Amino acid sequence: MSLGSVPLKYKISIDRDQCMKCMRCVDNCSYGVYRIEDDKILIDSRKCTACHRCISMCPRDAINLKERPVDYRSHPLWTVEAREDVINQARTGKIILAGMGNSVDYPIIFDRLLLDACQVTNPSIDPLREPMELRTYIGKKPSKLEFTKNNGDIDLKTKLSPNLKLDTPIMIGHMSYGAISLPAQLSIAKAVAKTGTFMGTGEGGMHEAIYPYQDHSIVQIASGRFGVDIDYLERGAAIEIKVGQGAKPGIGGHLPGEKVCADVSCTRMIPLGSDAISPAPHHDIYSIEDLAQLVRSLKEATNWEKPVFVKIAAVHNVAAIAAGIAKSSADAVVIDGFKGGTGAAPKVFRDNVGIPIEAAIAAVDQKLNDQGIRNEVSIIASGGIRNSGDLAKSIALGADAIYIGTAALIALGCRVCGNCYRGLCPWGIATQRPELVSRIDSDVGAENVANLIHGWTLELSELMGAAGLNSIESLRGNRERLRGYMLDQGLLDVLQIESMGA
Amino acid sequence: MCGIIGVIDRTMARMDGSSIKEALSLMDERGSGEGAGYVAYGIYPDYADCYAIHVFFDNLLEPKTRVDEILKQWGKIIHQEEIPTYEQPGLKKEHISWRYFFKPFADQKVGTTNPDDDNVKQLVMDINGNVEGALVFSSGINLGVFKASGWPEDVANFFRIEDYKGYIWLAHNRYPTNTAGWWGGAHPFNLLDWSVVHNGEITSYGTNRRYVEGHGYQCTMLTDTEVVAYLFDLLGRRHGMPPEMVVEALAPPFWDVIDQMPEKEEEFMRTMRLTYGSALMNGPFAIVVATKDGIVGFTDRIKLRPLIVGENGPRLYISSEEAAIRTMDPDVESIYMPRAGEPVIGRVIE
Repeated sequence: MSLGSVPLKYKISIDRDQCMKCMRCVDNCSYGVYRIEDDKILIDSRKCTACHRCISMCPRDAINLKERPVDYRSHPLWTVEAREDVINQARTGKIILAGMGNSVDYPIIFDRLLLDACQVTNPSIDPLREPMELRTYIGKKPSKLEFTKNNGDIDLKTKLSPNLKLDTPIMIGHMSYGAISLPAQLSIAKAVAKTGTFMGTGEGGMHEAIYPYQDHSIVQIASGRFGVDIDYLERGAAIEIKVGQGAKPGIGGHLPGEKVCADVSCTRMIPLGSDAISPAPHHDIYSIEDLAQLVRSLKEATNWEKPVFVKIAAVHNVAAIAAGIAKSSADAVVIDGFKGGTGAAPKVFRDNVGIPIEAAIAAVDQKLNDQGIRNEVSIIASGGIRNSGDLAKSIALGADAIYIGTAALIALGCRVCGNCYRGLCPWGIATQRPELVSRIDSDVGAENVANLIHGWTLELSELMGAAGLNSIESLRGNRERLRGYMLDQGLLDVLQIESMGA
Repeated sequence: MCGIIGVIDRTMARMDGSSIKEALSLMDERGSGEGAGYVAYGIYPDYADCYAIHVFFDNLLEPKTRVDEILKQWGKIIHQEEIPTYEQPGLKKEHISWRYFFKPFADQKVGTTNPDDDNVKQLVMDINGNVEGALVFSSGINLGVFKASGWPEDVANFFRIEDYKGYIWLAHNRYPTNTAGWWGGAHPFNLLDWSVVHNGEITSYGTNRRYVEGHGYQCTMLTDTEVVAYLFDLLGRRHGMPPEMVVEALAPPFWDVIDQMPEKEEEFMRTMRLTYGSALMNGPFAIVVATKDGIVGFTDRIKLRPLIVGENGPRLYISSEEAAIRTMDPDVESIYMPRAGEPVIGRVIE
């Protein structure tokens, strides 16, 4: 008995009066929705991913897209997605893959947090007229200042460990060359250099096109160790050990062989066309002391000149794990929440494993503070940060800085269609096909990404000024300036904030 | 809005409390009659080697029994008595003010270079955090805080502060917004040798509070000012920084200024800011802090609250209002306004 087809996800229609048959839709769609037959544009809606490439390229606004044009019998438990997943797996017997972040309709804690502003008793500060300091240093900090007094002169004894100096607390997270295209990565590299911040290289080595921007890049070491050699380590401004990722905690990664073109194979140091599989654990890290050793080894290899970060997924015990990391020589802990994006992850992981970044930041910040070591290590938060409001809230909960991923890709054209793992990205981002990759001009891309960072930075300055704060240090962990909007007591306790009105 | 005034006689000549009462009362329009207070250094020469522990008791039964127990466990009570008070029509007596003259046992605390101070700090935190109906509001050697809910003149008359003679006085006239006018919420705030009067609001309170809490302090007084006392204790006493450096940590120069400094200074300030970022105090404030060695006044980094300095020979005055200084000392010689974040320091000359 055949399962038959499932209904269309999206229905594309063309307003034939408007259409001038310029063929841009046909040329732009890499999924094969459009074809031309007998001078007529035919549509195969079943292939559509709602990537919006055709819509954004149509000069006449003639294309329309409708989601779920066919109704299922509604059912609160057996949602459309639940039913289609079963049908899909009954057919294939495989793990369901998914791209982009968690798509389950969990409540978004960021949207239940409210920021504060000054009225009367303290003046708000106008960032256009008064200094506003967003400069952020990421790295180990001394617990106290050591100095000697000589006849009234103070001589500093404390020597700072290397820190990254950020002009704004927004960095761009690790998206490897391989997962994304070279022009996409290059756009990001140019943007962070322009805005005085940093980007992650991801676990994919560093392509030579990125070398001019290496002082603004954080090189990543993940369990596959792809692209890692001493040259790679020395090029980065900082080194990051990736233990886990918010979208898929506890499992490794998989870059399909189709994405491993000649350039990717060279950068990753793997054979052409071979799958790049990162194992679930690092096979030299089976315990916290193993991690501490690797941190030290990396520092030793690079002459103790570079900060070393450790990235973990936000799992239930994230606070204790982060405390363990903080006690190694690591300079920063990166926490990736369960709404973080991914090029490809098993859907069951992406949608079910881990905890949201908001709760993770609060728990980690509190645990480190309880142990009196919060100030000595930086916290970088990522995973579902969408705007400057989320950014300000992350910092108020206790983060030093954030990584953005999806937001940066959207600035490059991505419309969050979630098909990154197929390697056909019509925006030229999550693909290695030359004809698609060429769609991104890295100078234009860089400007768009830099604009985004700049816009958020301006908004953060305004939010801080309104709250009567003129330096970012005074926002960090300042939970007095947050209130919960209809959050339950359990979560208020975890976040250590009061309810609105209190 | 609040009014503050502080004075030090650098030769340690002692002044009675009558003139600071006049000065503070002059600033009544900066207050709301819900809180006023005074602290004076050098007032207990007969017990000059004892910690003078001032406590507000709700009653003398259970809370006092518990406080007695805690004190006896950690040291010796040399003398204790009710602080003499005199009923004022405009002031409702909400607590019994009590003072202990206390010597901690030196051998009970390990792992510290200053066991006496750490001992007393811990028992203050213990009493304020855990004993219902008791609040230690003053715990230094040879100094005392006198404060209550009411107008400055009523509070002064209630404690008859003209009967005390000190070489440093700080006073505060409160217009409370954050917490209702309760006695514990009036200024000065004190811990050990540190006393603080504060006009303004610390918008970084949440950050500063978490920072001191990570280093063994508990904020129990529901107001942002106590955190200043703890920051001074942590940086000044435990980290051994002189007051100018503490002010540099709490109200540091802007990065733009630091970037222009000569290399050595730049490194110093950068290291300072990285180390003490969470101690940086933001928001509008003017603060005067006292220890037995002197007073230091400073404002926030963009001076959103007034602070005026006056000098007359050995006497240095710091206040919200010039008129208050002139009331206290009509012969005051130089009056000037310090720049934002600039520390004004008056040290005793030994």
